[in-house]
Amino acid sequence: MTLVSAGPHRTVAALALLAFSGLAQAAGTGQLGTGGVSTFEGSGGGGIVPWATLSGYATREEIDATAFYTRSELDDYRLDVYGASVNLYNRLELSIARQELDLVTLGPALGLPGASLEQDVLGAKVRIAGDVVYSRMPQVSVGVQHKRNRDFLIPRLVGAPDDDGTDVYLSAAKLFLAGLGGDNVFANATLRSTKANETGLLGFGGPGGDSRRLRVEGAVGLFLHRTFVIGAEYRSKSGNLPGLPEDDWFDIFVAWVPNRHVSLTAAYVDFGEIATLASQNGWYLSLELRP
Amino acid sequence: MPCKKTALNFVLAALISLILVGCAGGRADDSLYQRLGGEQGVDRLVGELLDEVHADRRIAFLFEGTDRDNLHAVIVEQICAETGGPCTYRGLDMRAAHSGLDIRHDEFDAFVEDLIVAMERVGVPTPAQNRLLAIFAPMREKVVFQ
Repeated sequence: MTLVSAGPHRTVAALALLAFSGLAQAAGTGQLGTGGVSTFEGSGGGGIVPWATLSGYATREEIDATAFYTRSELDDYRLDVYGASVNLYNRLELSIARQELDLVTLGPALGLPGASLEQDVLGAKVRIAGDVVYSRMPQVSVGVQHKRNRDFLIPRLVGAPDDDGTDVYLSAAKLFLAGLGGDNVFANATLRSTKANETGLLGFGGPGGDSRRLRVEGAVGLFLHRTFVIGAEYRSKSGNLPGLPEDDWFDIFVAWVPNRHVSLTAAYVDFGEIATLASQNGWYLSLELRP
Repeated sequence: MPCKKTALNFVLAALISLILVGCAGGRADDSLYQRLGGEQGVDRLVGELLDEVHADRRIAFLFEGTDRDNLHAVIVEQICAETGGPCTYRGLDMRAAHSGLDIRHDEFDAFVEDLIVAMERVGVPTPAQNRLLAIFAPMREKVVFQ
């Protein structure tokens, strides 16, 4: 938390540290594809849902680091995210992400051309039980995402009282080897406690008292090949801002994982209404790199 | 109301027949053994696997003091028994077999990777690869840190 509040240069330093600590060792030996990819909030998972898996391929004896860049192009918005994460001994994941949502349509309409919503997300996730591949029980993890708006002007204007907030989530994930016919199937369920508006990009809380609530998220995936996964995700949402209703999010994704050092994810996303602009659909591309 | 009851009965009947079919099919199914190519196929696969692990500097040392021919025969027998083939596994149980080796998680994962490479090399179809991995993956806890 102090890293983000201390300013952008500290954040970048933390990023570099995260990446460097992973570079000290080679990439992990976990099985290909089992580490998932990086979400737009930096945590390991899919695209919009944090999974119980930890990023990268570190086993109990290893450290692995991941850097990622994500761009999503919606009808009236453009989202850019970059960040990094480190997996320590397949036990602890630390992550950092910087998000910028470009208000392509709203900016000029509000007389603020070039305006964007920006926030940093610091994450930590602990695997508390199980192993996504090797145990009969699912892998279960608990995580936090501390989010802080970098520019609070617009969130404050629309009625958000807080410029920071912390999401807490519990996730369970399992890879079913030969689960569908002979193909490997993946499933994840996540329960999140949050007070964020539009995942925090529109601040935290609202005019009506305690705004923390539980939200359900899920993901399924099918390995068409050891290096190629298709799947879908769902994330239930609801904000606290009067007059700015939120919709649940969906995506359909394909991820290509040619080796442990690179992954490329493409998705079609349906984000529904965001800040008065209806049916925000579009594409999503994410690139991951590991030393 | 009667409509709902009929639907419920139907679901129950379907579930029960699924369970019955599942139980009946359990032991006699040798389809995976056949997919692996039967006796010859499993023998070839294990040969490739041992070539692979002996050439893998991450884990080759774990096999240095082991008689390769004996290990080969034991693994063939175990795969045959586990995949529905006409064999009985007479080797040590997994914990005893790895006792004293103190195998780590990264070493276990390296072995799984070598097994996948070996299966690719002898042309085991991907669904059969996954079914074999599904049988052996839960054994990790009996193999590591013994």
